[in-house]
Amino acid sequence: MTTFRRMLFALLAVCALVLTACASNSASTSSSDSDSSTASETPGTGGSAIGFLYVGPKDDYGYNQAAAQGAAELGEAFPDYEILEAESVPETAEVEQKAEQMISQGAKIIFTTSYGYKDYALNLAEKHPDVVFLQQGNTLEGDIPNNIGTYFGNVYEPVYLAGIAAGKATTSNKLGYVAAFPIPQTLLNINAFELGAQSVNPDAETYTVFTSAWCDPGKQSQAAESLLNQGVDVLTQHQDCTSTITQAAEKAGASVVGYHADASELAPEGWLTGSEWDWGPLYIDMVTTIDAEEFAGGKYNGNYRVGYKKTADDAVDAPLVQSAFGPSVTDETKTEIAAAKEEISTTGSPFAGPVYDQDGNVVIEDGVIPEYSELESMDYLVQGVVGEIPAS
Amino acid sequence: MIVAASTAAGSNLLVVAVLIAGVTAGTSILFAALGETISERAGIINVGTEGCMLCGALGAYAAASATGNPWFGVLAGALAGGLLALVHAYMVLNRGANQLASGLALFFMGLGLTSLFGAPYVSKQVDTFSKVAIPGLSKIPAIGDIFFNQDPLTYLSFVTAPAVWFLLFRTRWGLMLRGAGERGEVLRAYGHSTVKVRYAAVVSGGMLAGIGGAQLALVVALAWFENMVQGRGFIAVALVIFAAWDPIKAMGGAWLFGAALALGPELQVRNAGVNQFLLDALPYVITLVVLIVLARKRLESAPEALADVFEGSRVVSSP
Repeated sequence: MTTFRRMLFALLAVCALVLTACASNSASTSSSDSDSSTASETPGTGGSAIGFLYVGPKDDYGYNQAAAQGAAELGEAFPDYEILEAESVPETAEVEQKAEQMISQGAKIIFTTSYGYKDYALNLAEKHPDVVFLQQGNTLEGDIPNNIGTYFGNVYEPVYLAGIAAGKATTSNKLGYVAAFPIPQTLLNINAFELGAQSVNPDAETYTVFTSAWCDPGKQSQAAESLLNQGVDVLTQHQDCTSTITQAAEKAGASVVGYHADASELAPEGWLTGSEWDWGPLYIDMVTTIDAEEFAGGKYNGNYRVGYKKTADDAVDAPLVQSAFGPSVTDETKTEIAAAKEEISTTGSPFAGPVYDQDGNVVIEDGVIPEYSELESMDYLVQGVVGEIPAS
Repeated sequence: MIVAASTAAGSNLLVVAVLIAGVTAGTSILFAALGETISERAGIINVGTEGCMLCGALGAYAAASATGNPWFGVLAGALAGGLLALVHAYMVLNRGANQLASGLALFFMGLGLTSLFGAPYVSKQVDTFSKVAIPGLSKIPAIGDIFFNQDPLTYLSFVTAPAVWFLLFRTRWGLMLRGAGERGEVLRAYGHSTVKVRYAAVVSGGMLAGIGGAQLALVVALAWFENMVQGRGFIAVALVIFAAWDPIKAMGGAWLFGAALALGPELQVRNAGVNQFLLDALPYVITLVVLIVLARKRLESAPEALADVFEGSRVVSSP
């Protein structure tokens, strides 16, 4: 009996140790205390470290891992800066705590990489005028402090191109889209996907299911099953964890279009193409701008968006790029996608008018090429999308 | 790997489609609820069932990945769920911890441990279970599609629920277990240890929850993700009260909750003008309504020992 007790004690002790280890894994490296905090007049300069805050784990094979990869590339490009990282930081006041820690460790540049960090980033920017905060996603309105910027990519552009592959591949003319919440970014993607498919296959319809969760594999599986049972033969998604739906499509012999990461190894037969993140060049460009003391008033001061279209002072590649093609994509399809990409990167847009909503009303006039700022508040689904925006 | 059977042909009818998906979705909840029934029948509530399911899901996925055989996964899932429950049993039975507090801590421990050790498995591929049509039975219209074109673990749950009922109500072991939950002193008077019986009950409860987690990972998700159980373990705990601590009723209850979860996507693909946010709340609304309507009556059929737990945590509204 006593040995049994002792074993239980040992077990509990191990558990406790492991838990303590888990609790203290974030904000890992503590650099030598910053005596180099010489206040310089340009925000973001004079630091010894760059901080990154992630909302999820760095190895989620999705959004957060992509940001962490960008951070690693940044570290290689700027070996003088120490990269400080904190993962699984919830969208709460913990953002400010973690950022404060990083600032005390010498960070003058901090990347807040989740949509819901914006308000905390704004608070921090007010409190620390000498530190630059870079908010991934979101837009800022009104007076923007000169030490905060937001940036993102025109994510719907590669999604539109993938829609072309889907429109070409379908034989039932039914495409399936598993989405999480009806936020503008998601609606943009669904609409771009359908418009891409329509551009090559006017009969293609996109059946949409919202799961109200960024990663609930149980719900994803149900959504995929429901769509497949309706005759959908191409599945795509806007979810944080993507392998459940990818595998469900492959098991059912359907095609699949990826999002966030290249998951072609999960669907060797059905993989068409997809969109994946490549943040490195954009991160490097931002830090270069800050180092050159050109940040204040520069292009990253709020609402910066990179797309396929490039202008002279907007020469960074879009952070969301097209994934490699799967084996079933024909050369004809690839040619059409290349042509569409060329058009988007010069004069066109996935949302070039006329665009109609589900009720057949014109939402973008014929001949109009909308700017991102006009699209960012998208609150409708286009004609050809089957499904309803859940109202709150 | 088991050969995939074709997806049900007649499943375009809404009711049938919802029930097919509901039974699949209900299986993980059913296993967890059966486990919790055994545990509570012995007088121990395990609110940390969700954590046991998480351990089961990860254990199953890791073992299936290491061995290439999903059945070893199920075994490992059961072990992992049972191990976590062992911590609860120790806290409650040896250290006299509050059951509800310990259960909650157990959930967070399960979440933390599986997040930590699960990271390498996030994008690993393993051999999973496929649906297997039972020859003959699967041809029965509607019923065949709903019950006999399912995965092996769902079939296992069909057998497990009556087996748990038999064990609890028709065996000497079950009598002792219920004795521990109703009148521990009687058991002790006959020279039996309530502690041992309760240990066995809590651990086997955790093992069943672990199998539930295994079904979620190896049948439904075909993957492991941090926090992937997403509240199904808590639904299972509520379901036990709903089913009045009866394994057979738990079966119906689990399928009802499964169907509630499946209703959303099925209505959406049919372009029915319903509010998805309301549908998402449905399983929890059902839980609350059931608790409100049945609370008093059901609590009378609760094992006596649970009354201590409930009494201890009751909010007194009038002086």
